[in-house]
Amino acid sequence: MFESIKKIFQKEEEKEEVVEVEAVRETETVPLSPQQVEEIITHQAMKYDVQQLIAASGQSVGKKRELNEDSLSVITATLSGNAGNIPFGLYIVADGMGGHQYGEVASDTAMRTFNGYIMRKFYPYLFDLPTTPLDESLQDIMLEGVMLAQEAIQRDAPGSGTTLTAALVLGERVTVAHVGDSRAYSIYPDGRFDLISRDHSLVGRLEELGQITAEEAAVHPQKNVLYRALGQGEVLEPDVFTTSFPKKGMLMLCSDGLWGVLSDRKMHRTIKDTDTLEHACQKLVNAANAAGGPDNISVVLIKLIQ
Amino acid sequence: MIQEVVGIGGMGSVYRARDLHFPNVVKLVAVKEMVNLAPDPQVRKTVIKNFEREANILATLTHPSIPNIFDYFSSDDRAYLVLEYINGQDLEAVVREADGFLSSAQVVAWGIELCDVLSFLHNHEPDKIIFRDMKPSNVMLDSRAHIMLVDFGIAKQFQTGQKGTMIGTEGYSPPEQYRGEATHLADIYALGATLHHLFTRRDPRLEPPFSFEERPISQSNDEVSPEIQAVIARALAYEPKDRYRDIDEMKDALVAAARQTGLLTRLPSSRSTPTFQADGIKPLWKFKCEDEIRGTPALFDNTVFVGCYDNNLYALDAAEGDFKWKYPTDGGVVSTPAIVDGNIFFGSEDKRLHVVNARSGKIVWAYYAEGPVRSSPRIAEGHAFIGSDDGVLHAINSVTGRAVWSTPTSSAIRSTPFVANDLIYVGSESGEFYCVDFKGKIKWQFKAKRGITSSPLVTENAVYFTSVDGHLYALDPKSGWVLWKFKLGKGSISSPAILDNLIYTGAADGFVYAIDLKSSKEVWRFRTEHQVAGSPVIYKDALYCTSIDSHLYCLDAKGGQLRWKYATEGPITGSPLVYDDIVYIGSTDHQIYALLA
Repeated sequence: MFESIKKIFQKEEEKEEVVEVEAVRETETVPLSPQQVEEIITHQAMKYDVQQLIAASGQSVGKKRELNEDSLSVITATLSGNAGNIPFGLYIVADGMGGHQYGEVASDTAMRTFNGYIMRKFYPYLFDLPTTPLDESLQDIMLEGVMLAQEAIQRDAPGSGTTLTAALVLGERVTVAHVGDSRAYSIYPDGRFDLISRDHSLVGRLEELGQITAEEAAVHPQKNVLYRALGQGEVLEPDVFTTSFPKKGMLMLCSDGLWGVLSDRKMHRTIKDTDTLEHACQKLVNAANAAGGPDNISVVLIKLIQ
Repeated sequence: MIQEVVGIGGMGSVYRARDLHFPNVVKLVAVKEMVNLAPDPQVRKTVIKNFEREANILATLTHPSIPNIFDYFSSDDRAYLVLEYINGQDLEAVVREADGFLSSAQVVAWGIELCDVLSFLHNHEPDKIIFRDMKPSNVMLDSRAHIMLVDFGIAKQFQTGQKGTMIGTEGYSPPEQYRGEATHLADIYALGATLHHLFTRRDPRLEPPFSFEERPISQSNDEVSPEIQAVIARALAYEPKDRYRDIDEMKDALVAAARQTGLLTRLPSSRSTPTFQADGIKPLWKFKCEDEIRGTPALFDNTVFVGCYDNNLYALDAAEGDFKWKYPTDGGVVSTPAIVDGNIFFGSEDKRLHVVNARSGKIVWAYYAEGPVRSSPRIAEGHAFIGSDDGVLHAINSVTGRAVWSTPTSSAIRSTPFVANDLIYVGSESGEFYCVDFKGKIKWQFKAKRGITSSPLVTENAVYFTSVDGHLYALDPKSGWVLWKFKLGKGSISSPAILDNLIYTGAADGFVYAIDLKSSKEVWRFRTEHQVAGSPVIYKDALYCTSIDSHLYCLDAKGGQLRWKYATEGPITGSPLVYDDIVYIGSTDHQIYALLA
């Protein structure tokens, strides 16, 4: 509420300023009538880029599993900084590890801890914390969030593990923290469907090395063996990187219940020509279930409108 | 009597204890506790049986690099091994806490000792013993600096093999071990991985599995001889059949390689310093001014323009180095000239921005600031943007020389403004960084802990600059949020350069760094002998940089290997200019050099 009021207020301010400049320039020639001024105001307001983030998600337990061990989170807001309000988004997909007890506890713990840390950093007033300027970089914050999630799992759900793929969107920049084999994709309007995360799976690594083909990887018996996961191992080195939001495109996060059964092309075809993101998510989930639904399915789609 | 916990592993804990069988002497032992996690009682029994069988074998082993086993016992869910206490540090801690790279001679000496003990195990009768878990943390350095192999594969019995879980000691294990095969060739691979870690200081557990081939030792540590590297590379072959046939063959190869490079004759503490043969690089020409050249040259119309501390701007023929003209100011010229429409724009410590005709060397106009001008001008959209020690960012009409606006900042500006997307980016000596719009209004600002002399580089994705606070920063160009920062060894005034996915910068610690643009991870670093104040320059696939050590360096931009270097007669503080396969560089030895790129 406060944010939105502030936003409106701020926009008002900027408008006035522009009018002033326009007016000054125009008065050098002919004075403007009130109608003309009004027209300029409307015209100028239309030209403003108000960037907006929208996001939707879809989830299904699948056809073969009894439990949903995936967790997902979608948070969209705006954030005020010294350059005005910019879109803020925090999106997470976590896939609790199948062979473990409490896979769902692990994915939920990771998501809660990670979300909690990031939200405290950016919206301290929601937690009754003092607002202090951030000293760390976005990548440092994401990294710290992963480390805290790792500790929380080892403390609260020892022995279990989870993947974590989280995207922090600030304006046009996306900072991704990633461990395991859930995925992040950049989807462009020209048809490019780029995988931007790197699977921390043994099979994925063998594929990278050219030891096996993508087709062999898709049916490999050790497909679900990870070499990096949250809650597992003595040392953890998450992938953290920053990239630009795909222009006029979308960002997608998903668990292997989706990408493991649908090819990139199939996923792309499924969401092409859908009217809303909600609808696109639902169609993806349905397609994965139609293809057998061997695992839990989670997907988040995000769009930046400018 | 248990005294303290000395380590906690995946399967249980290690305690330091006093053996009370010998009440009159203090005899310290290590007690390794392993927790039996198998849920099925039948399986649990088998685990215990296997443990006792292996403990029996181990107890019979006598080798100077294998700790003695005194006793073992087991209860329902726990098993204990009582063994010799080693008062020392493991190699993982040694390499982590080392101040730089460990000396090659030292690492090779350990490698040879490890070959010996593995050879002893592999040749054990009646059954050979595969260690299965060779890694730096399983190698202890005892008080006499000899190695001890600890944590035998015995613990493996206690690991429950769940499907879909993590695999063994990732990073050091060979590919076939993940298929459940563990032969003596696996130990050879893991020893290769261990030595790779010791040489490079890069923990393979933090890298993708089986990526040694992509990360040759020379990329991190150029002091390791190619012969030694070849031995490690063969041990790390992806296919077991491509590795050494047995550990003795590997030892022989390691010894031979060490002999070839003379390592065995050296004391372990001696560091091999890189020696470089000056291979007779001759400059195309050089030209001597009357004082130090601290700035960077510019080129236009076959003419090189360079400022000098003798207060002049020189114009020299680019092909021959012949003097064309000089333009005198009333202060040192330390910046890089900018050239637009046949005019040279440059600042001087005489508090002026001078604009001089490139052909005639005659003044077009001059603009007066309130302080010395050490920032270099940036010309865009009909304006010259320049900072000054007066703490003001000046916008000047580039044709008339009239001030359009000036934006006061918190401190002197020596950084060169960058103009992109209708915004001007510049740093200040107090650490403030400004993003200003074309009307001179501050859009956002950021504060580093110390001054920003470095000139920003702006791409579609980020604003990059370094600070004297020892960081390379990447900021969002629209909002100023810090996307990432990379910690340099010391402060920096060098301005970054980009090629493909890498960003390069120098720092006062003497290194040139190459950092991945997206993940902010270091890809390589190159050591010069003194501070790097100038900025790296990319030309084709090469990186040119300078150092206070008086050299101009040419490196492979991708891998950071030295291609050649050229010594001038004084420290170099400026940056090179590369154009048409020729490198131009000014030095504090008063000379400007032209060399073939």
